[in-house]
Amino acid sequence: MPEQTTRLAVRKTYKLFIGGRFPRSESGRTYLVHDTNVALASRKDIRDAVVAARAAAPAWSGATAYHRGQILYRAAEMLEGRRDEFIALECGADDVDAAVDRWVWYAGWSDKVAQVYGNANPVAGPYFNLTAPEPTGVVGVVAPDDSPLLGLVSVVAPAIVTGNTVVVLAAENAPLPAVTLAEVLATSDVPGGVVNILTGRVTETGGWLASHADVNALDLTGVTDPALAAALEQTAAQTLTRVRRPPGLPVDWHADPGVGRMTWLLETKTVWHPKGV
Amino acid sequence: MPTFEYAPAPESRAVVDIRPWYGLFIDGGFVESAEGDAFKSVNPASEEVLAEVAEAGAADVDAAVRAARSAYQTVWGRMPGRERAKYLFRIARIIAERSRELAVLESLDNGKPIRESRDVDIPQVAAHFFYYAGWADKLGYAGFGGDPRPVGVAGQVIPWNFPLLMLAWKIAPALACGNTVVLKPGETTPLSALRFAEICQQADLPAGVVNIVPGAGATGAAVVNHADVDKVAFTGSTEVGRQIAASVAGTRKRVTLELGGKAANIVFDDAPIDQAVEGIVNGIFFNQGHVCCAGSRLLVQESVYDEVLASLKRRMATLRVGDPLDKNTDIGAINSSAQLERIRTLSDIGAAEGAEPWSPPCELPERGYWFAPTIFTGVTQAHRIAREEIFGPVLSVLTFRTPAEAVEKANNTPYGLSAGIWTEKGSRILSVADKLRAGVVWANTFNKFDPTSPFGGYKESGYGREGGRHGLEAYLSGADHA
Repeated sequence: MPEQTTRLAVRKTYKLFIGGRFPRSESGRTYLVHDTNVALASRKDIRDAVVAARAAAPAWSGATAYHRGQILYRAAEMLEGRRDEFIALECGADDVDAAVDRWVWYAGWSDKVAQVYGNANPVAGPYFNLTAPEPTGVVGVVAPDDSPLLGLVSVVAPAIVTGNTVVVLAAENAPLPAVTLAEVLATSDVPGGVVNILTGRVTETGGWLASHADVNALDLTGVTDPALAAALEQTAAQTLTRVRRPPGLPVDWHADPGVGRMTWLLETKTVWHPKGV
Repeated sequence: MPTFEYAPAPESRAVVDIRPWYGLFIDGGFVESAEGDAFKSVNPASEEVLAEVAEAGAADVDAAVRAARSAYQTVWGRMPGRERAKYLFRIARIIAERSRELAVLESLDNGKPIRESRDVDIPQVAAHFFYYAGWADKLGYAGFGGDPRPVGVAGQVIPWNFPLLMLAWKIAPALACGNTVVLKPGETTPLSALRFAEICQQADLPAGVVNIVPGAGATGAAVVNHADVDKVAFTGSTEVGRQIAASVAGTRKRVTLELGGKAANIVFDDAPIDQAVEGIVNGIFFNQGHVCCAGSRLLVQESVYDEVLASLKRRMATLRVGDPLDKNTDIGAINSSAQLERIRTLSDIGAAEGAEPWSPPCELPERGYWFAPTIFTGVTQAHRIAREEIFGPVLSVLTFRTPAEAVEKANNTPYGLSAGIWTEKGSRILSVADKLRAGVVWANTFNKFDPTSPFGGYKESGYGREGGRHGLEAYLSGADHA
């Protein structure tokens, strides 16, 4: 018998990323994307992801800003290392490079955003009055489908750099870069649960994310159907979840993103501290 | 304890000339409502009708929004910031000049003690306009983009608890940033807003920049839902806040909501007890407890519980309830019969659920709406009076043993507007403040406000900030806002 000369590749199973682990959907379902079976997330997966995100929140928001910056920079290093893999997923070399640079950019913001967005206020009284930003909490994100890696990084990095934790619904028709990004995060010291990535259909899971009382903010950037966006915003209103609507115009993901994607996910706390002897 | 008798010391109401009828303020002038609807504004301390006020319907709101749009496009939106600033400085000065009249009017229409309207509300109103006036020509330095632009027409709906102060919080930053406004005052307290309209005339503010549309919920809904409103700002109940958040879904309208609260006021065992008791009293009885950030849940460390309670009761026995215009009055009238009903209902529920009410001996006037200052002891976190906003002079007292337990109880609420900490230890203030999920934390004080200090809540207390540099953000459209 002749010796086999070509090696059979080991395929990757594309799964969800919840609490630092890679489970299949509890529903046991998948959907087909480019001949690949991708996990089809369910309501219970949403619930598990929100639980994981909430559980991760105290330690992540309590970590020093310096520490979060180190970890995000590490994610950029890991992403750079998988450059070829993302290019093979048709992300485009320019986009992959820009995604790496964006991680680096946001990593550097970790210990600066509070200085830019906070204030010492000169109140008329014997108080040291300090306004400091704090993370909003658990953020639900519908990732954009027009830029499955750079767009994804551009919505996730600004949310977590300040101490929020996220539940991301990956781009429905281009979920493979998102799952691969999960592998990047899983190997870059990002604590389990800080970023949770679900693949599937926004029409099925978006409503569960919007209505979940333990979700503090909802980023609808990737929702392309205006009626669905309005319905999700209405649902979120019942728990006064902060909502970022889909952009009015197509986004240039290569442009300078500004600080808005960080600051909308910050609450400010103002402390009146007495002065006295 | 000696009791001191006070002779009545009423502020003269002769400084205010209240007309029998007020129109809507649209496009620089007072007009009748299109449908001819009107409602009466009542002095809650006497049930006397103060004036009849035109009620804005949908057509009136539409006219107001059109006036605001036109003023935005032709005058205010393109006026150099330094000129807008001077108008706002002028308004701030007129408010200070007419402060006595405004204070008396506010106490008459709202029921709050003259001591508070004179010493807190009106000075804060003038200070707020003065503060934001200075921003109008410095917006490029505010950190919201190098070339910040106004949003457009702001639809603003405010409550009845601080009628003129809430107006100032809404209008001052909006105008400073170059927006024009349509504002609906609280339905039981429209008079100071209409007096403010006269001040706009006196300041020669261009027509249409400020429009005042009195009315009830339907008028507010017309303002919020008007298609040509770019920005909605609301202060009021969490319930209405939810409705507003839902009703703007799918639009491009920007929204800020300042909603309810159930603030914890935490007294640690090392706190200066007398000072803390003053703060507890101020926290819950200021403005009859009609304060969204009121310290309505007192959390006392167990080891000082008896001492704090005894001192609090002693202090409460000296509170003077009665004529809002009397300069010695500490607690005025409940703003309306509807609010009185709500306070009574929740109080009754508190007693029915097993908490123990206590009020000092207290003679309430026969006419008007009154509620004696009340504390409930034996309250648990499951009691409705510990969870729901009462918006009245009713305090729920709970206890804790460790700082961790205090933080956990303080945060155990869907709200997150404010909190108080009483301790002599500065490091404890900062460490506990760090852990509280609330937008404003007062340490060894309570219910302090300042134009430079941002105010607003976490969680179901709403979103957005009013006051300070942060207060500009809602009224500017920079590059950062998608």
